[in-house]
Amino acid sequence: MTAAPITSAAARPSAPGRAARFVRRLPLHVVVIFLMVVWLIPTIGLLVNSFRPPEALTQSGWWTVLFKPSQLTLDNYAHVLAQSNISAGFVNSLFISIPSTVIPIMVAAFAAYAFAWMKFPGRDILFVAVVGLLVVPLQSTFIPILSLYGPKGLNIAGSFLAVWLAHTGYGLPFAIYLLRNFMGELPREVFESASIDGASPVTAFFRLALPMTVPAIAALAIFQFLFVWNDLLVSLIYIGAQNPDNAPMTIVVSNLVSSLGGGWQYLAAAAFVTMAVPLAVFFALQRYFVRGIVGGSVKG
Amino acid sequence: MDPRLVTAIIVVVGVPAVLVGYIWLTERVLGFVGQRAQPRLRPWLWLAPALAFLIVFLVYPTLGTLVRSFQDKAGAHFIGLDNYAWFFTNDSSLIALRNSLIWLVVLTAITVGLGLLIAVLVDRVRYETVAKSVIFVPLAISMVAASVIWTFMYDYRTPPDPQVGTLNAALGSVGIAPVAWVQISDFALNSILLVVVMAWMWTGFCMVILSAALKGINPELLEAARVDGATEGQLFRRITLPLLAPTLAVVMTTMVITALKAFDIVYVMTSGHFDTQVVAYQLINELYNFGNSGRASAIGIVLLFVIIPVMAVNIRRFRAQEAIR
Repeated sequence: MTAAPITSAAARPSAPGRAARFVRRLPLHVVVIFLMVVWLIPTIGLLVNSFRPPEALTQSGWWTVLFKPSQLTLDNYAHVLAQSNISAGFVNSLFISIPSTVIPIMVAAFAAYAFAWMKFPGRDILFVAVVGLLVVPLQSTFIPILSLYGPKGLNIAGSFLAVWLAHTGYGLPFAIYLLRNFMGELPREVFESASIDGASPVTAFFRLALPMTVPAIAALAIFQFLFVWNDLLVSLIYIGAQNPDNAPMTIVVSNLVSSLGGGWQYLAAAAFVTMAVPLAVFFALQRYFVRGIVGGSVKG
Repeated sequence: MDPRLVTAIIVVVGVPAVLVGYIWLTERVLGFVGQRAQPRLRPWLWLAPALAFLIVFLVYPTLGTLVRSFQDKAGAHFIGLDNYAWFFTNDSSLIALRNSLIWLVVLTAITVGLGLLIAVLVDRVRYETVAKSVIFVPLAISMVAASVIWTFMYDYRTPPDPQVGTLNAALGSVGIAPVAWVQISDFALNSILLVVVMAWMWTGFCMVILSAALKGINPELLEAARVDGATEGQLFRRITLPLLAPTLAVVMTTMVITALKAFDIVYVMTSGHFDTQVVAYQLINELYNFGNSGRASAIGIVLLFVIIPVMAVNIRRFRAQEAIR
């Protein structure tokens, strides 16, 4: 489990060795930093614009703040944060996103394990059908699901349960696809020796398959959380009109823009306010991207 | 305490407990059936929760869409294949089809190519987490905010008004006349510029997943090859790349589907003008602007058929994976 990072040389290189190593690695740093800068420019533009008044936005480029920092203002942020329902929206977004991330990952993990390590007739066709569902336009599912959620059906329209279930359904095809791929990559010997030792499929799943797929599960959790957190459409359809009290931040922000007409300068500020949580999730799950989770367990 | 908080806690703790309990219970139940029936029954019990969700939320609505695609605008009469015939014969949708193909190829090439490059490169530097976060940030920005910032990147003002768009201002600083970027439909340049916005957002997605796969490669394998005198380039081509191939296929497939479903950027940045419409945009347009859910349904079904070749490749790959492991 404790494999050393491959870049670390066996011994500390001597001073001339270090200089040579630096020169050799210079192109690597140049390329990485160049890509970072290219990626950052639009983000910085958005960040700078989020601190500028709307008139300034349309009259001069964002880089002009370098020469005229006086145009910077906190008004956009103040306006976004002054929305009476913004904190309720924040809490609602958390209520919606956390279960909508946990449930599909667990359900998908069982299915992915079955697809990867159990044999049954029609498995490939079924798997392709599941992944093929990724392409279904969500818009085409709204009307039938709304009537299912309505008073004549489950009567849960407007509740958190309605969005949890919907996000689980919509998130499953990708979750199953990704996890099946990573679980399928695990070496056969691991499962065979476990089976010889008398481990049931349940034990093999929880003790071997799941821990060895941790990097993939972390990646999946980051994305599922992110998509649900930034989702406007699904919440708008299943919560929006029926129960404004349950509205997530995305709905609060979108109201901000449309009700004021052209108030999209607030979008930039809102983008940075809402971005904080998914970024925190990203940082928190980074530590599961570690080398050697699979490598260490194959031996033995 | 907020009653909703109680519900949320019950759900976050309760649902996984119920699911684990379910799997444990199925094993108990399987204990009662014969040894020979067990392997036949078990996969279906493990798949059951996922299949239930998929059938309710995706399969059943898609069957409705299929039926609806054979009906007229109001859904009152069946009109056979008219909606499909309309889609494949009008100029606007043919351009949309062409553009979707451009989206599919260009978006997949940029995001997977750069995602792989970045994942491999940052694996070798100490500021890996910082570099990855920088590439990941655009994905955390909402689609609309991203479209807004890129509208400012491509913005064009008729001279002598000062250029507020980043690209045109940069050109101006070296004395080149400003260009109305999103209006240039020659060689579908404007469509490609819209793809760039999407690629800026989704490269981080490919990078994170490829990085996860990269960390799964057994370091002893690389170390052994290094001891045998392999160069870094050989290591990448002969070991890393083949081991990443399955995951590359997964991100490629996902990006192909993402490209086919993309419509928000087109919607916000050009509203489908200047020949930038894509198939998914046509679907939304028919559904919300023309209120023709018959035609919209037909477009949805066309999208389903477009990915069949991609799925066929996936099946072959999974069979190969199974044969060698």
